[in-house]
Amino acid sequence: MHLIYPVVIAALLFSVGVYGVLARRNAILVLMSVELMLNAVNLNLVVFDMRWADRLHGGQVLTLFVIVLAAAEVGLGLALVLLIYRNRRTVDVDRLRTLGEHEQEGARQ
Amino acid sequence: MTAADIVIVALGVVAVGAGVLVVSTRQLVHAALWLVVSFGALAASYVVLAAEFVAWVQVLIYIGAIVVLLLFGIMLTRAPIGRSDDLDSGNRIVALVVAAATAAVLVTTLARGFRDAYFPLKARVGNGSTGAIGASLFRTWVLPFEALSVLLLAALVGAIVLSRSDIGPEAAEEDPEPRERPRPRPAAPLVRRRKRNTDDEDTIVLARIDEDV
Repeated sequence: MHLIYPVVIAALLFSVGVYGVLARRNAILVLMSVELMLNAVNLNLVVFDMRWADRLHGGQVLTLFVIVLAAAEVGLGLALVLLIYRNRRTVDVDRLRTLGEHEQEGARQ
Repeated sequence: MTAADIVIVALGVVAVGAGVLVVSTRQLVHAALWLVVSFGALAASYVVLAAEFVAWVQVLIYIGAIVVLLLFGIMLTRAPIGRSDDLDSGNRIVALVVAAATAAVLVTTLARGFRDAYFPLKARVGNGSTGAIGASLFRTWVLPFEALSVLLLAALVGAIVLSRSDIGPEAAEEDPEPRERPRPRPAAPLVRRRKRNTDDEDTIVLARIDEDV
C-alpha cells in the first residue's frame, strides 16, 4: 500500500469540508461539513497507525475517540441549532449577526 | 500500483465526490444522503486498510446515528424539502479560494513527504481486529476512555438542558406569572327565582343565584 493515496484523499476531503464550512449558510450543512473534516482526520489516523504498525493501536483508538467526540458534537450542535431556530425562526448563519458590532440592523431583520 | 491501491483510490474518488456533492447540492436532504455515501466509502477504505473494527464503528455510529441525527435536525428546523437556492452564502468565491489553497498546501506537502512511502498491508492484517483494539483500549487507553464517557454524559445533559423549553432561566421567570392571575369564578348555578312584577303577579324565571332579578 502506497501511503500517498489515502493521505491525499484525506487532504482533499478536508479541503471539501473547509469549503463547506465557509460557503454554506444553513447551520446544519455547516455541521455536515465539519463531519467531513473529522472523517478526513480519521482516515489519516488509521493510515498512519497501519503504517507504523503501532503496538498500542494509538491511531485507531484515537479514531474511535474522534467518532465519539463527533457524536457528542453533533448532539450539542443540533441542540444549539434548534434553540436558535426556536428563538429566531431561522438557522441561516449569515443572518445571525447579533455578536457583530456594526450589524445590529442585520440581526433584527 | 497494487490492487489495494487501486481499490482505495476508487473508494477515495467516491468519498471525495460524495463530499463535493454534500457541500454543493441544492437540496438539504440530499446533502445528508450524500454524506451517507461518503461515510460508507470511508468505512470501506478502513476495511481495505485492515482496520475492520473502526470500519464497523464508522458504519454504526456515523451512518447509523450521526446522519439520522442530522436528518432529525433538518426536519425539526422545518428546512425546505426540495430545491432551495439560498443554501450558499455570499462569500462562496472566498471559500473556494481558501479551500483550494488548503488543498494545494496539504497535497504538495504530503506528496513531497510521502512520495515513496510504502508499507506491506498483508503484514498488518491482525492489527485492526476487534480483539486487538479492545485489548489496547481497555489496557493502555482506559483512562481517556473513561474521561470520554464523562464527556459524553456531559454533552448529553447539555443537549437536554438546551433543547428543553420548560427548564432554564426563562421558564423560571415565566412560571410564577400564571399563579398570580386570579382564577375565573365559575358561573353560579341557574335556579328558579321569583321575579317581582309591577302588576302583583310574580313570575318564575331562570336566573343565576347571585343575579338581581
